[in-house]
Amino acid sequence: MYDNEMKLEFLSKSNNEAFARITVAAFVAQLDPTIEELADIKTAVSEAVTNCIIHGYENTEGIVKIKGKIIKNNVEIEISDTGKGIENIELARKPLYTTKGNLERSGMGFTIMESFMDEVEIESVLGLGTKIIMKKKIKKHKVDLSEEDFASVGGEY
Amino acid sequence: MNINYIKKDKLLMVEITEEIDHHIVEKIRRRVDDEITRYMPRKTIFDFSRVSFMDSAGIGMIIGRYKMMKLIGGSLEIVNISKNVKKILEMSGINKIIPMENKREVS
Repeated sequence: MYDNEMKLEFLSKSNNEAFARITVAAFVAQLDPTIEELADIKTAVSEAVTNCIIHGYENTEGIVKIKGKIIKNNVEIEISDTGKGIENIELARKPLYTTKGNLERSGMGFTIMESFMDEVEIESVLGLGTKIIMKKKIKKHKVDLSEEDFASVGGEY
Repeated sequence: MNINYIKKDKLLMVEITEEIDHHIVEKIRRRVDDEITRYMPRKTIFDFSRVSFMDSAGIGMIIGRYKMMKLIGGSLEIVNISKNVKKILEMSGINKIIPMENKREVS
């Protein structure tokens, strides 16, 4: 069982890229991540969603799905489309590789996902779609306080 | 989307005021290219002080403008980069070809 779970579906429109990363960030916020951890997740989500829109659906209309799961302090984000699929996953993962160089794409999408998240899995079937599963552990940085620590707080009774 | 320009002595300062992603780069590209073609600056400076987020779409956009400035014999620079944006720029390696500073040159 997961501690928490969410699902999100939206049309493959580029103005939903900001909506997607902000929503996922809000979901992850319950783990009290650092600003940097949150920025990493936002960036990875933005890359994956952009891929669905420009590669999966090639700017035609489709549905992008996001599932978010929280297990203790681990975040798992699954982003999928039912678009054209990736022909060569190994090649797609390579830094600077892009099939859309004419659109000034940098080919850094997967490289960024891989370095900003702990784990990135790619499942893709030609003609059926692509699913990206990304995992990241949010470091615990909350101080555990005991009752004695509060002894001097709030005055004496 | 607002882009603010400051022009002085053939320096073109371009202040982007939004998060940079795939959705927005097309508009930035079109407007900035238009401005560069008309003003023909010797240097274009992107001011990123109001850019709190950028993904790989921004890298492509920056490299494109770098190439354009080179084509007209000028240069490109980026100033006031936030920590998050810096991380992306360093990962792409473009910090090695494009000068980046954390101060304004034109005010």
